[in-house]
Amino acid sequence: MTQINSKIPEGKLAEKWNNYKASQKLVNPANKRRLDVIVVGTGLAGASAAASLGELGFNVLNFCIQDSPRRAHSIAAQGGINAAKNYTNDGDSVYRLFYDTIKGGDYRAREANVYRLAEVSNCIIDQCVAQGVPFAREYGGLLDNRSFGGAQVSRTFYAKGQTGQQLLLGAYSALSRQVGKGSVKLYTRYEMMDVVVVDGKARGIIARNLRTGRLERFFGHAVVIATGGYGNTFFLSTNAMGSNGSAAIQAYKKGAYFANPCYAQIHPTCIPVHGEFQSKLTLMSESLRNDGRIWTPKKKEDAEAIRAGKLKPTQIAEDDRDYYLERRYPAFGNLVPRDVASRAAKERCDAGYGVGTTGLAVYLDFSEAINRLGRDVVEARYGNLFQMYYKIVDENPYETPMMIYPAIHYTMGGIWVDYECMTSVEGLFAIGEANFSDHGANRLGASALMQGLADGYFVLPFTIQNYLADEIRTPRMSTEKEEFVEAENSVQSKIQKLMSIKGNRSVDSIHKDLGHVMWNFVGMGRTKESLEKALEEIKQIKKEFWSNVFIPGESEDLNTELEKALRVADFIEIGYLMAKDALHREESCGGHFREEYQTEEGEAKRQDDKFSYVACWKYEGEDKEPSLLKEPLVYESIHVQQRNYK
Amino acid sequence: MEKTINITLKIWRQKGPQAKGAFESYQLSNISTDSSFLEMLDVLNEKLVSEKKEPVVFDHDCREGICGMCSLYINGHPHGPDEDVTTCQLHMRKFKDGETITIEPWRSRAFPVIKDLMVDRSAYDKIMQAGGFISISTGGVPDANAIPISKEKADEAMDAASCIGCGACAAACKNGSAMLFVAAKVSQLALLPQGKIEAARRAKAMVSKMDELGFGNCTNTGACEAECPKNVSISHIARLNREFLVAKLKD
Repeated sequence: MTQINSKIPEGKLAEKWNNYKASQKLVNPANKRRLDVIVVGTGLAGASAAASLGELGFNVLNFCIQDSPRRAHSIAAQGGINAAKNYTNDGDSVYRLFYDTIKGGDYRAREANVYRLAEVSNCIIDQCVAQGVPFAREYGGLLDNRSFGGAQVSRTFYAKGQTGQQLLLGAYSALSRQVGKGSVKLYTRYEMMDVVVVDGKARGIIARNLRTGRLERFFGHAVVIATGGYGNTFFLSTNAMGSNGSAAIQAYKKGAYFANPCYAQIHPTCIPVHGEFQSKLTLMSESLRNDGRIWTPKKKEDAEAIRAGKLKPTQIAEDDRDYYLERRYPAFGNLVPRDVASRAAKERCDAGYGVGTTGLAVYLDFSEAINRLGRDVVEARYGNLFQMYYKIVDENPYETPMMIYPAIHYTMGGIWVDYECMTSVEGLFAIGEANFSDHGANRLGASALMQGLADGYFVLPFTIQNYLADEIRTPRMSTEKEEFVEAENSVQSKIQKLMSIKGNRSVDSIHKDLGHVMWNFVGMGRTKESLEKALEEIKQIKKEFWSNVFIPGESEDLNTELEKALRVADFIEIGYLMAKDALHREESCGGHFREEYQTEEGEAKRQDDKFSYVACWKYEGEDKEPSLLKEPLVYESIHVQQRNYK
Repeated sequence: MEKTINITLKIWRQKGPQAKGAFESYQLSNISTDSSFLEMLDVLNEKLVSEKKEPVVFDHDCREGICGMCSLYINGHPHGPDEDVTTCQLHMRKFKDGETITIEPWRSRAFPVIKDLMVDRSAYDKIMQAGGFISISTGGVPDANAIPISKEKADEAMDAASCIGCGACAAACKNGSAMLFVAAKVSQLALLPQGKIEAARRAKAMVSKMDELGFGNCTNTGACEAECPKNVSISHIARLNREFLVAKLKD
């Protein structure tokens, strides 16, 4: 049986990264110029990696599907970025950030990776400030911090409610500088279609020029995937419309393991679903839980009257409100981790206390904060979020509580990587949300930005050299090589097959079917029955898709329906993997909640003796079931226990 | 309660960059006023696909007003009639039953049409590549709190940095000038001590790239500020002019 080698360095936890750096191989400047690195994606991870590798002197090719690198969906992250600076003197440290992240992930993340993440977190803040990222500051001129879920310290740096935007624009600036210098060549409106593997090593990609529809071949001594998560498998999610999991599936089909696909994060504070025509869900930042209080009516009759439009939330007396998070989790209150907050909202709504016309919503109320702090302070902290809510819902959150409900937001699962961020295919790396590594079964708020930038600025630029140092004798390959031609031909035949179906269903209509199955059976509460049903239904959807989809237009042209179809074909594969992984994991942990496994209080109940491992799914061929490999999770520095936020 | 409206759409269709475009009319009925403008276009596209026709091509991605990918000239305004929103945040409740809505791509010399409503805005990337950065590399930077920055300056830099690079400013400008876009970046970085050091050089490099790419001159009409979905102020243009002047005087 194949053994998983995660290449964790020797030594004590706090020394591993230093030990690694001390003994890794490096590439000298003259050789760097001769090495090509392909980076797919221009979000926080992709842009920071491409920029940093370009600065080092590598010859970088950077791809994105949008018209500009600045559009990547990292831009939409609102609340902030964590770092263990301890500027607030409230007891934070590298160890504390590491510990909170491991615990927040419900003890399903790799210890050494998480410690390294916490270690480099401080460098990220320094780097971003030097780039001109306008973080929020105090009157004394120093940086301001706020709190996020799952932590008892204030370690989150922010730029209004647009932190992701500002960090991405910082990375985009650094990237633009390298493009201007010629060390990075940018390919916008290009979509990766396949990895090219030569003699067992990743050596390039096939990409589709989205403007012309033509396929093109690109060589690289190494390939880095930084294409984000696969939340759009659910059709409705907080992801951008173009966010997709196709690069991950291409890597998987070329031998990269897909790790923990079932770990998907459902974010508790999103604007509720309002109609069948809806195309996406909008997140309301977790930072709102610093000052907003979450509640539902205490009495069922009040909830019913609100749903019927006979009562307004402002008419419910204080004593008749159930601040259920404060009630259930007094120690963390409204700032419990996302998975806990999401399940609690579902529990209230399932029990009949939900509000809104559908009954699938709870209140996020700022009246107490406005009374305590004044409207100006609340506006300064959250003004842009309140405006966003108002424009979508047409209700003023300064006057009436926001309505929120959980929605798919982030995927902790992803391409399996070792300590060096290398996948199980040599020379193929995965960074940012695209990999599985650092968040375990649940990601804490403000940690995605941290991980994306940690990988791109401070991890990959080191670790990739350890691989490339052995490639300095490998000359650039011609893309006329057999493996490139074959890869292109197989993409071409897949496209021709899709175009030739000429059925009666639109791509979106089938994607919506998949989304319903995912939300209903692979969503917030999963059971053996629901997952078995999901697997059956996804097989049917796959059949329907490949026999009845209709794509208008030509393949060698700008064709947005074909772009969507290629992505949905892969979402179907991912949906199947998610259900399969969720079915096999007979425990509850973090975002993965199997209803059969819960404590008497309804909390997630892990089965550490059976499932303390990373589930790595290996592709075994079309229409064959994937096989399961296990990377055991060994904790040397912390005591594994049941998460407690009470 | 949910309300629905019936509308007529007049949409610019153009097969490719070299093709001749024309308006085409479409009828849509029972559009929920709670749906967003782009969701309304999704409904249209679903209808077109069900009739085996090619859907209308338009740029969009995050659909929450931050990525800057969506564009569209709607009834004569970039991002439509509502204030302080991008097209993706515009909702159908802003339109009346029976209304005819005209939808065009950005029309600006530096933003050529690619197909239908999609345009090429890579000129903005090129301006950024010319100087929209602070010349530092990864690593070797001082501690984040080493240089205090006044809250006022940091907030003003943040306001400038809220530009989403959508191109509405240039599209709204009768001269097709990108001054607001350039000024926002120059201003953000000039306000901060980290960026001040090369402020003059940056201003000169970005402005000359802008001129080279075929954007027009600024004549202070203020249309850019009025149509900017993120309320970026033209006071930044004044700061850009200052920096630019300083650079020229040094020459």
